[in-house]
This record gives sequence, C-alpha cells and structure tokens, in this order.
Amino acid sequence: MGLDNLRAKLVYQGILLGSVTLLTGGALALADHATKGAIEAAKECDMKQSLTQVLPGQYDNDLLKDTVVLPGPDGDVTVYRARRAGKVEAVVFQVQGIGYAGPVVSMMGVDRDGHILGVRVIQHKETPGLGDKVDPAKTNWIHSFEGKFLGNPPADKFAVKKDGGVFDQFAGATITPRAVVKSVKGGLEFFAREKGKLLDDNPGSSAATPDGGTAARVAAAKEK
Amino acid sequence: MSNIYAKITRDGLWDNNIVFVQILGMCPTMAVTSSATNGLGMGLATTFVLAASNAVIAAGRNLISPDVRIPVYIVLIASLVTLVDVSLNAFAHDLYKVLGLYIALIVANCAVLGRAEAFAGKSKVAPAALDGLMMGLGFTFALTLIGGIRELIGAGTLFANAHLLLGSAFAFLETTVIPHYKGYLLMILPPGGFLVLGFLLAGKRVLDRRLAERSARIAAEPAVA
Repeated sequence: MGLDNLRAKLVYQGILLGSVTLLTGGALALADHATKGAIEAAKECDMKQSLTQVLPGQYDNDLLKDTVVLPGPDGDVTVYRARRAGKVEAVVFQVQGIGYAGPVVSMMGVDRDGHILGVRVIQHKETPGLGDKVDPAKTNWIHSFEGKFLGNPPADKFAVKKDGGVFDQFAGATITPRAVVKSVKGGLEFFAREKGKLLDDNPGSSAATPDGGTAARVAAAKEK
Repeated sequence: MSNIYAKITRDGLWDNNIVFVQILGMCPTMAVTSSATNGLGMGLATTFVLAASNAVIAAGRNLISPDVRIPVYIVLIASLVTLVDVSLNAFAHDLYKVLGLYIALIVANCAVLGRAEAFAGKSKVAPAALDGLMMGLGFTFALTLIGGIRELIGAGTLFANAHLLLGSAFAFLETTVIPHYKGYLLMILPPGGFLVLGFLLAGKRVLDRRLAERSARIAAEPAVA
C-alpha cells in the first residue's frame, strides 16, 4: 500500500494541491481564451441594442468606435457619438442615480441642441411591480423624457411632481422615478458643460478608429 | 448491479431529493425560482456541474489525500462552475443576462460539495456520475416546480421566455394561463419562495406517508386472506 503511506505525507499533499490548481488553472485559461471572442461580440451586440433604442433615426458611423471619455458627475463617462456625413448629430451616454435598492443606470441619447432623444433604464434592482415601471415594457413613463431639454421644463421644474417638477411619479414608488429624473437632469447638465468637446466636427476624427475619441479631444483642446 | 443504479436514480429524483429531503442548496432555490424557465436553467447548469464534479472526484479518489480533500473538491467545483459561467456567457448570452448573477452561486451550493463528500469520494466513476446526474435532475425538477407555481400565481404565465433558454423551437412552451392577470406580487418576491417550498415539503410528507401506508396494507392483505 505505497499510495496510502504516500498520501499521509505533507509533501504529497502539497504537490497534490499544487497540481490540482495548476491543472484547473490551465483548463480555465483555455476556456477563457476560447470564449473571449464570443463574449465580447455578445457584449458589443447588447451595447448596440441599448444604443439604438435611445437613438432613433439613421446614422452612418460605427457608434461603438466613435467615443470620447470625459469626466462626469460619477467618474469617467464614455460618450458614443452618432454622425451623419461626418457631423455629430447626437450623443449617447450612461447616467446613474441612486434608487430604492441601489444604483439605477440609464442610457440617454441627446441631439446637437441638447434635446433628449430617448432614455432607457438598463440596470436596476427596484421592487418588481412598483419601481420597475420605468421599464417601457410595463408603462410609457420613460417616454415622457423625449423632446425635453434644460429650459423645457426649466431646471427647477426638472423633477418629479412631488418635488414640484413636471414628471409623474408612480403610486407607491417615488424614489425610483426621482432617481431617474435626477440622473437625466445631471446628464443634460453634463452635455451642456461638455458640448464643445462632444460635438467636435473635425472630420479627421470621424475616421472611426478606437483612437478617434482621443484625437478629437486633443483637437478640441487645440482649438481653444 | 443494476439494482444499485436503480436505487441511485430513485434517491436522486425522489427519496433523497436535494431540495425536498436534504433541504440543501436553498440559496439558488429561493433566488432564481421566480419563474419556471429560470428554475429550469439553473437546475440544468447545476446538473452539469454535479455530474462532472462527481465524475472527476470519483476518478481521482485514490490520489486525493483525505487530509486535503475539501480544498481539492472546492477547487475542482469552482473551476467547473467557472467553465459553465464563461460558456453560458459566450453561447447563451440572453439566458446569461437572466441567470448570470446566480451561476457563481453554484459553488456555494452545499449540495455539490455534499455529493462529493458523501458519495463521489468513495465510489467508482460510473455510479458517481449517475448520482450527480440524478441528484441534479431531482434538483432541476424541484426548481422548475417551485418556479412554475410561483410564476403561475405571481404572473399568470408559465415558462415565459423559454425561447431564451431552449431556442425558438421551444417557444410553444410559453403560455399565458390567466389572460389579463394583474399579478400577485408576493409570489414573485422572496417570501413566495419560502411559502411555496413550505407547502411542497408538507405535500411531499403527506404523499410519502400515504404511499407507505398503502404498500403496508397491500403487504398485509395476503396474510389475512
């Protein structure tokens, strides 16, 4: 019974644990390598879907590759730019508010003039049946943002009705819509502040390279 | 030998069901069973992990030193779960968006480690793999049943979004049982899971006792005649 004696030795146990982790680690590395492409493609597809939902109309560039990263209210914001004939017609970016049960993340599309094209909540943990009415599959509430801009309603009215604003809240759930309205307002202010950089029309940067964003930022900085 | 396999099958599916008898794996049981489709998906993923981990552990049972068996089991199970996680993410992305959060929880499902410890660590590969498969199917059955009941009472549908899990060929499974149903939120929220599980546990007890009484009566009758 050589194996039985061996199994009781500390060295054997160390080697066993080591080789098991080595083997499984190798298997995981292989699996990661094999699935990486498909996972990235799926994520890109998800992203595209949520982008097109808040961007009605046709644009002729690859949104995912024409991005600018700017400092926003909560960390860096990646802004996707939609162009027609090289001119930035609209931008899409993520905003975030704190809801009843954690962050409520929305994607919003804004056109050149700062008018909202669309808003979609893409991630939340709100109560089913109450807070989740922000989902367009359940109610039309989220469409009430479309066409609004800072000025219509004015900044102090850009809130839910309970806070003296113009947007409806839901019976039994004020916190969720308040979080969405606040984050959208924050998004519009962000747009107004960074408008110059976002709407940079330098045709050189519309080459739709992953670097386009950085190039555009540098170009915008030079113009000033 | 076939007797052993029959017993393993029976134990896994009913007599020693993970959810209804061992009361293990409560975390995924409560968390994902808000619909029948979610329960089915989680059950199938767990079944795969259970069968594979049981087979691997049984194959290496002579090499694994008893003193370090727990870390070895955990490393193996965690790696298998990660494999399921990345492959679901890559090849069934829509389902992954629904279940993704819970896949990692399979590691914490004590049923998987429990089977490795109680069965696979001391049996041959074939019975161990069958045990994992049957325990997993029993788990799937329990999760789908709980999910189905919660979904039916909570939302009035059955197998909603089944096409995300099984492909569009199975879209026919998606039925609206009660049209224009307002929904009964309690069943979808966590308390619904506890309520349904409680009733099902009680129901299984009653059923098992009835069956035992009947077979006892049948066994007793010839003696009287």
